This record gives sequence, structure tokens and C-alpha cells, in this order.
Amino acid sequence: MRPFQYARPDSLDHATQLTAPEDTMAIAGGTNLIDLMKLQVETPQELIDINRLTMGEIADTDDGGLRIGALATNTATAAHDRVRSDYPLLARAILAGATQQLRNKATTGGNLCQRTRCYYFTNIDQPCNKRDPGSGCGAIKGIARLHAILGTSNHCIATYPGDMAVAMAALDAQVLITREGEKERTVPVRDFHRLPGDTPEKDNVLEAGEIITGVTLPAPVEGKQIYRKVRERSSYAFALVSVAAVVAMTDGRISRANLAFGGIAHKPWHDPRLSELLVGETPSAAVFDKAADLLLEDAQGYGENDFKIPLTRRALAATLADATGVEL
Amino acid sequence: MKQDQPATDCKLDQMSQDLLGKPIARSEGLAKVTGTAPYAAEYPVDNCLEGVLVTAPFARGTVTDIDTQACLAMDGVVAVVEDERMTARAAQGTAGEAPVQQPRTVCYWGQPIALVVAETFEQARDAAKHLVISFDADDLDDVAFDPNAVDPENKESTSQGDLTRAMNEASSNVDARLTTSGHASAAMEPHAAIAEWDGSKLTVYASLQMLNYNIAELADAVDLEEDDVRLISRYVGGGFGSKLGISEETVAAAIAAMQLERPVRVVMSRQQVFQCIMRRSETTQRLRLASGDDGALTGFGHYALVSNLPGEEFAEPVLQSSQFLYAGENRLLEMDVARVHRMTAGSVRAPGEAVGMPALEVAMDMLAEEAGVDPVELRLRNIPENHPVEGTPFSSHKLAECLKQGAEAFNWDSGKRKPRHTKDGEWWIGTGMASAARVHNVSEAKARVTLKADGTAMVETDMTDIGTGTYTILGQVAGEMLGLPRDKVLVELGDTQFPRGSGSGGSWGAASVGSAVFVACQALRKKLAERAGVSEDELSLKDGAISGGTSLVDLLDGKDLAEEGHYEPGDIDEDFVAAGFGAYFAQVRVNRFTGETRVERMTGAFGFGRVLNEKTARSQCIGGMTWSIGVALTEALHFDPVDGHLVNCDLAEYHVPVHRDVPDLDVIMVEERDPAASPIQAKGIGELGMCGGAAAIANAIYNACGARVMDFPMTPDRVLAAMPYD
Ligand SMILES: Cc1cc2nc3c(=O)[nH]c(=O)nc-3n(C[C@H](O)[C@H](O)[C@H](O)COP(=O)(O)OP(=O)(O)OC[C@H]3O[C@@H](n4cnc5c(N)ncnc54)[C@H](O)[C@@H]3O)c2cc1C
Ligand code: SF4
Repeated sequence: MRPFQYARPDSLDHATQLTAPEDTMAIAGGTNLIDLMKLQVETPQELIDINRLTMGEIADTDDGGLRIGALATNTATAAHDRVRSDYPLLARAILAGATQQLRNKATTGGNLCQRTRCYYFTNIDQPCNKRDPGSGCGAIKGIARLHAILGTSNHCIATYPGDMAVAMAALDAQVLITREGEKERTVPVRDFHRLPGDTPEKDNVLEAGEIITGVTLPAPVEGKQIYRKVRERSSYAFALVSVAAVVAMTDGRISRANLAFGGIAHKPWHDPRLSELLVGETPSAAVFDKAADLLLEDAQGYGENDFKIPLTRRALAATLADATGVEL
Repeated sequence: MKQDQPATDCKLDQMSQDLLGKPIARSEGLAKVTGTAPYAAEYPVDNCLEGVLVTAPFARGTVTDIDTQACLAMDGVVAVVEDERMTARAAQGTAGEAPVQQPRTVCYWGQPIALVVAETFEQARDAAKHLVISFDADDLDDVAFDPNAVDPENKESTSQGDLTRAMNEASSNVDARLTTSGHASAAMEPHAAIAEWDGSKLTVYASLQMLNYNIAELADAVDLEEDDVRLISRYVGGGFGSKLGISEETVAAAIAAMQLERPVRVVMSRQQVFQCIMRRSETTQRLRLASGDDGALTGFGHYALVSNLPGEEFAEPVLQSSQFLYAGENRLLEMDVARVHRMTAGSVRAPGEAVGMPALEVAMDMLAEEAGVDPVELRLRNIPENHPVEGTPFSSHKLAECLKQGAEAFNWDSGKRKPRHTKDGEWWIGTGMASAARVHNVSEAKARVTLKADGTAMVETDMTDIGTGTYTILGQVAGEMLGLPRDKVLVELGDTQFPRGSGSGGSWGAASVGSAVFVACQALRKKLAERAGVSEDELSLKDGAISGGTSLVDLLDGKDLAEEGHYEPGDIDEDFVAAGFGAYFAQVRVNRFTGETRVERMTGAFGFGRVLNEKTARSQCIGGMTWSIGVALTEALHFDPVDGHLVNCDLAEYHVPVHRDVPDLDVIMVEERDPAASPIQAKGIGELGMCGGAAAIANAIYNACGARVMDFPMTPDRVLAAMPYD
């Protein structure tokens, strides 16, 4: 860990001023950032502790949705009455992540910004373009078990590892972002994380000095909500593959299919073509297969993670079967 | 006392305190859960400096220069210690001498090469990253990392009859290749040491399992006499083999303290623990089993390929129990070692059987299917009368009882042996079983027992308690023999100022040091009997007095009475084969879509001689069975194919089972006394719980969904790949 300065502002204005310079970082629950600082993966000059800001509330929005403050803990969000009744997918996704102790500290903003679990990223004696642009990618020829099969580049094949944002992508949530002297901007969760391309050092669209203030969920929609997380250990493990789904049926046909996937890309993966394909269809194994064909059309494995291609296909089929009541 | 004869009449059974075997909670439990039991790094030592190890970022080569200038200029940095006595590898269990030193010669990625010492831990950790190291790393193409890609050395080979012929002539046979992944001990407490040097004597608080050997290892490493070294290890937050021998932090702390003349603490980071402490070797195994119509084995072949660093003697003893577990006239047991540049392979949780038994027991399951014999019945039919090669009798053998009692308790259904018999929604449900076997070990041990003038007793030995219950059971042995309730016996462990115990390792601690306490108590009883004017046989002690008579306090007459017990194994192991046996039964659910496996219930029935404490014994079994779940489903070290470094080096990415993976585990302790195993008729427990359990789960996976997975751990991807498609 490098020595660093530490500030604890009381207001959002002050906080955005303090986070404006390069080499500063916001710290919320610290469950990801402190680990990475100990490993010298993150080396901020100054830490801006945002925990004194009042961004922890969870409140109804005018249009019937819900606004979850950036500092709401994962535990509080998952336990919130409206989350449990209207957005059970989100509660389940959060509860499928990390451990109770971590969730008690982890926040909405921190969870969105958590960094990849790529083994090479966290080992500073290994090449990694994300940590050290231009140094190479250790994972491509190495142990890529956790890595992505969609949207990869020659520069980076890492995944966004979290669960919460995958559910939020299926629910089409919006991220609220602010910076010094500017008013809040809104970015769909689906566009918040980015693909690695040739700048894998950038996980998401946050600009230097920007702070996430919260996330809004649109008014709840009809449909069955499912979060399925596949992993070898039943708790305290990141997803090998996860599927978040909001699926509705009308007269025996699929009338809504909002799907997002975790563990397979640098971002929660949302492919709008899936909804187009599925809506209007009578659910069946063949239809699910077609959806998987489309989803995985460009999928590419890197040896160790080849299994994610069939696994994603099967996890998708199981989720859709569960959502539509089809026996497979 | 040297044990050359079976201890058929054991004094313990004639005592009246009724303490031994009772399910007493661990005496140090409260201190541990309230945070008042100090672990190695937690001793309050004044003026203590902090050291952080610097490790090599390459797999093989030489450190040519260490430029300390920038590092020394940093705030708080006191010294960079680079000394050729610093150790480059962990010592193997029972080595009793320094492991490989000369840290500048690098043999594996992550090898410690120097120590940065500063006033605070944060300063040292940061400075460690600023040390400039120049090195000549060997070309990666010339360095072997993959055990299957090198020419191995033969390590052992025993053969009898003609296995090939037996295979050809068999009515049923199995020829199976299985693999197991490397494992880490994954103890909770990281390796840590605080060293103090007073100019002539070295005191080190460390996290170690076998002080009786560690003192010699440390003295040898730093060129001191054993008498000038004191090791203290009162509480150990798990060892699982990783603290059998001294590791790099202990020697580095000692050298730094001697050089700087101030106390120095060195705590390994979690990543360092994974990267430089012992690993269990991965294995590639081939099982060949031949049987007649009735399933009786006619041929038994077990081959294993394991790996280690060049120069290491240790080879994962995969074949240990295969030597004697099952019958079979024609036998071939062979093991090879591949020399690769991964960190030292050594003893990790039940070395040998933990991975050999699962492979064997999967092959047995395959044979059961081939031969059309129920798997439990197949095992029963193949229990040998005597050691199948040497003809030596077993000291005591409870495999059959374990199989029968376990099957009954589990409600084993021999009718459901065809895979895919039960579907519950998304899940296939199935059952499987396996035998357990683990060689029984004992080791020389000494303990001093003092009867205090106030009528209490004190047990002292440098034996360690690594969380298993040693404090508690030694108090029970002494209390039983001396007629004292448990709370009147103080047990002091983990300090080399006490007589040498056996150390905790190989599951031998309880039987060995328990016997030393027993021997000391017998000597005390003799003296007490003399004083009371009765023969020792007549001396009945209970609750601090001769039954219905004089109190101990009166007998002691104001003076302490002490005896040292010395137990030595003797030649009895030439006359008998002693081993713990058992059986596991597991029910699993396998997800039809994702291949995820969850253990639903598991029963283990074990015979390990006398139960010294029903609660701690059960806990040992539960721990072992939990590790079985890890071997079966989740645990695997992953090494980078390019530069050989260990990639998953923390507890988030090295997956030991979590609570949710472990159902209620049902443990049956089969009544047994083993007079040849130890004077107190007890055998080792801890490791037995994981010697085959993974196969019960693997076989249950097969029974559930028809996936015969041949590679441990059976992660969802592997299960899916082997699952018949539907
Ligand atoms: C062992 C382990 C297992 C885990 N398993 C899972 C899992 O299975 N699934 C899962 O989803 N997650 C898992 N996690 C990750 C966990 O969810 C994250 O660590 C947590 O959500 C991060 O939140 P935090 O508030 O602690 O963030 P911090 O550590 O405080 O911050 C993380 C990052 O977010 C930035 N940040 C924080 N708040 C803001 C803000 N308001 N605006 C802008 N930037 C901000 C910080 O600058 C930093 O870069 C696991 C973590 C650990 C350690
Ligand atoms: S996959 Fe990305 S994060 Fe991992 S080593 Fe390559 S560049 Fe770094």
C-alpha cells in the first residue's frame, strides 16, 4: 500500500471538488478498493471518503420507480420492502453475491465500480493492460477460467464480476452521476460499463471527478423475475455465468423477455436482439436454443473458459424454462 | 516406555473418574472466541520492528543484485535483510534440519529472497515494493512447469504376481485414469513469527505444528545450539500440514532480530502463504482392478504421478493405503515423481490418502457396476485377512463394521445403482459411497505431569494444539488417571521449555502425547500408592481423593510431585499393521442444466480406536468430511502455464467449502480399542475423515446423473462435459 492523503467531506459539492484531480479516488465501503490498495493495484494519492454524504436513502420516485442511493448498503437494498416485492430479481442478485459481512459494507456505487477479479490484474508482478496499459495481457495465454466469451479484445478478456449490476441491466435501471459544477447526468446501467477495446484500463464511462449519486429503477413491470447464478461453490464465489431475467407471458406466448448476463463479458451483457426474437414466440426448447444461438453467435473461448459457451446456453434455457413454465 | 507389545489391559479402563471420552468442550475455546488467546503475531512485544518478505517474480534463476538504496531512504525503513541463511523453501514435516537456504538461487515463482524491516508494517510493505532486484531468469522454455510434460523419476514400486494377466483373465475389470488437483492447506491464521534476541538467546513466537522438530530446524538455519533457542506456539490457527516444518518468515524474523538487536515481526500476506508454503501435489493416477464373478479382487494396480521441486525428498504418498486396504493376489503399485518448478510440495491435510483414496474408490465403484455387485458388498468381499503382501496381521480392523453401520444409518439403497433414477425438478439426485483408510502413525513424545500440593495437576509438553482439542484431551487423560475433574488439571502446551512432545501432524498427536501423559500418570500413581500403602492396582482415585479416604492434598503433604512420561513407539509396527478405517455415504443433487453439485447429506462411520473426547473426535471427523467436499467439488490450485506462478492465491479464489456447501454431517464412531496402536489404545482421527470421502461424492454424482467424472474437483464444467446429453 502506498501512503495516501485522506479527506472526509461533508457535502456532495465538496466531495466532487476533492475528487476532481487525477489520482484521487472515492471510497465507500472499501471492500474492493482497500484490498486492491494493499496489493498496490490501486495507488491513489488521495482517498475521498464519501461516507458522510447523505446518499444512503432508498425512496420512491414520482413515476412509480425507486431510487437507490449510492451509499445504500447492499444489505439494506436487498432487505428493502419495495425491492423485495417489486424488484425481487435485484434482491436475489445482491444476496447471491459475496457474504453477509461484505454486503453490510458494500454500497450501490462501489458495487457498480468493483473491478475485475482477473488473477493477473490483481498480481502486480504480472502483465496486465487494464492495470498497466501496454504491458500485455497475462490472462489470454494463461488461466482464463473466469474470463469473458463475449465482447473481448486482444487487449483484455476480463469480466465485470458483479451480480447487482446484472440484475439492474435486466431491469433497465439508470445510473445517476454528478461532477463538480455540473448537474446530474443519467446513464443506463446497460451503457455504464464498457467493452475493453484498446483501452481496457477504463471499466466504465465514469470520468475523472465524477461521483455516482444513485441508481433509479423504472416502475415495476409485469413478469416473472429470476436471477440464476452458476458457481462451483454455493456461496462466496463469483458467477461462472449468471442470468437475470424479467419474463412475462400473455396467452401462452412470451410478451416480455428482458435478459442480462453476468460472468461472460466486460460488462453486464444485454443483447436487445434476444427480446426481439423471443417476444411473440410460444416458449419451447427450440425457441430457447435459437435465443442461445443468437446470444452466443460471436462467443469466443480462451481455452480455460470454453465451457462458458455451453454453460451459458444451458443456463439461459433453464432460466427461460423456469420463467415460462416449460418442462425441459 | 517403549511399546513392543499390545497394551491389552489398559489402566484407563480401570479408573473411576469417568472423564475420558466425555464430550467436553475445548478448554481454550472461550479464550479463542473472545479474542484473548494470542496467536503468533499477537504477542505484545515492546519496540518491535515489522518485516515484510520480498519475493521473486520469476520461476527459476539467480538474483544478481539487490539495490537497497531507494528502499533504505524511505520513511521508517530500518534495514533490508538479505542473508544466505534465510530459507528459500518451507521445511518438510519432521525434517529436524534447516530446509534449502541460499535465497538468491530461485527455484519457484514467489520464492522469498529478502526481508524489508521498518518501524511500521505499512512502511515495510510499501518499501518492500521499492526494493530493486536484478536477476538472471532462466529462459521459460527451459523450465519445467507441467508434471505431465517431463520424464519423471521412479519413486516406489511394489509388485506381486502378474497384474496384466489378472486383468486379461478377469471376469470384470476396470482400467481408469483419474486426476486430482493441487491443494493448499488454507489455514486461517497466516504464517507469522515474532523473534527476540537478547544477545545470546533467541525467543520466537511462531505458528508451528511440531516444536520438537522446529527447534532443531531453526537452530540449524541460524547456526545456534538448540539450548539457545526457545519457540512458543501456544495457539495455532490451523496448520493442516503447512506448519509442520518452519517456513521462511520464522527464519527471516530470527535473522533480522539477531542482526538488528530488536524484536522483529514477520507476517506473510495471504498471497505469500499460498505462493511459498507447501502445496499438495496434483496427481495423475491409473487404477487397474480385476475381479472374478463375485467381485473378489484378483488384481490390484495403482500408479501415481506426483510432482515436487528438484531436490525434495517428499513425494505425495498416494499409494499408502492401497498397499493394504484390499485383497488381490496380483499387485502392482508404482509411483513416479516429476520435477517441476512450482513451490515445494509437502504434507497437506492427509497427505497421500486424501487424493489416493478418492481415485481408488471411484475405480471400485466402477468395478462394482462392472461386476454387478453392490458397492458396499464389493468392499466387504475384499477386506483382506492380513496385509495382502507382507502377511502381517492387522492390529484391529473396523472396515466391515463401518461399512455396515454406515449403510444402515444412511439407509443405503442397493437397489438404486443405475444412474438417473431420481429426478426432482431441475435436479438429479443420487447416492454414492466409499471406504476410508488412513495409516496410523505414532511418534516419540514426552510430557511432565505435576501433582501440585494444592491437589491440582499440571501437564506440560511442547506439544501444540492446532485447534484440534489437544489441551482438552490431555487434561482428560491426566484427570482420569489421577482422579481429578477436568477443571483441576492445567495443561500447558506449545513452549520448548517443556518436555518434547510429538508435535501435531499425521494425526498422531493424541495417541502419542496422550500416551506420554498416561505414562507419567502411571508413575505418579505408583508413588501415590506407595504413600497410601496400597498396591497401584488397588489405588482408586476420584475427585481428588482416594475413593472414600485420604485426599490428594493430604497425600502430597505440602509438596509437589512430578513425573515425566516418555513414550516411544517400539517395534510393534513390525508385528501389526495399524490403520484407521471408515466408510462414507453421500447423497448429492446435480443440476441437470448447469452441472452444479450440492451435497445433501453425508454419513461417515469411522473406527479409530479409543475415543478420548466424543466432541472433539466428532469435530475432527466433521472437519475431515468437509475437506472431502472440498476435494470433490471445489479445491484446486491453478498454475500459470507460461511462468508457473500460482494464480488463485487467496481465499476468495481458492475455494474451500463454505457453510452452505456443507450439510449436516452425520458421524458414527464405531466402538474400537486398538491395543497395538498405542498404550492408550487410540489411533489418529483427523485425517481419516478426508481419506476417500471425495469418492463417495463423485460416485453419487455418477449415480445421480450418469456423469462419470474422472478429474477432481468435479466443477460444473467437468460434470456437464461428462453428463449424457438429453
Ligand atoms: C471476497 C469477495 C467476494 C465477493 N463476491 C462478490 C460476488 O459474488 N458478487 C458481487 O457482485 N460482488 C462480490 N464482491 C464485491 C463486492 O460486491 C464489492 O467489493 C462491493 O460491492 C464494493 O462496494 P464498496 O462500497 O465496498 O466499494 P469500495 O471498495 O469503497 O469502492 C470500489 C470502487 O468504487 C468506487 N466508488 C465507490 N463509490 C463510488 C461512488 N459513489 N461514485 C464513484 N465511484 C465510487 C471507488 O472509487 C472504487 O474504485 C466480493 C468481494 C469480495 C472481497
Ligand atoms: S484480461 Fe484484462 S485484466 Fe486480465 S490480465 Fe488481461 S488485460 Fe489484465
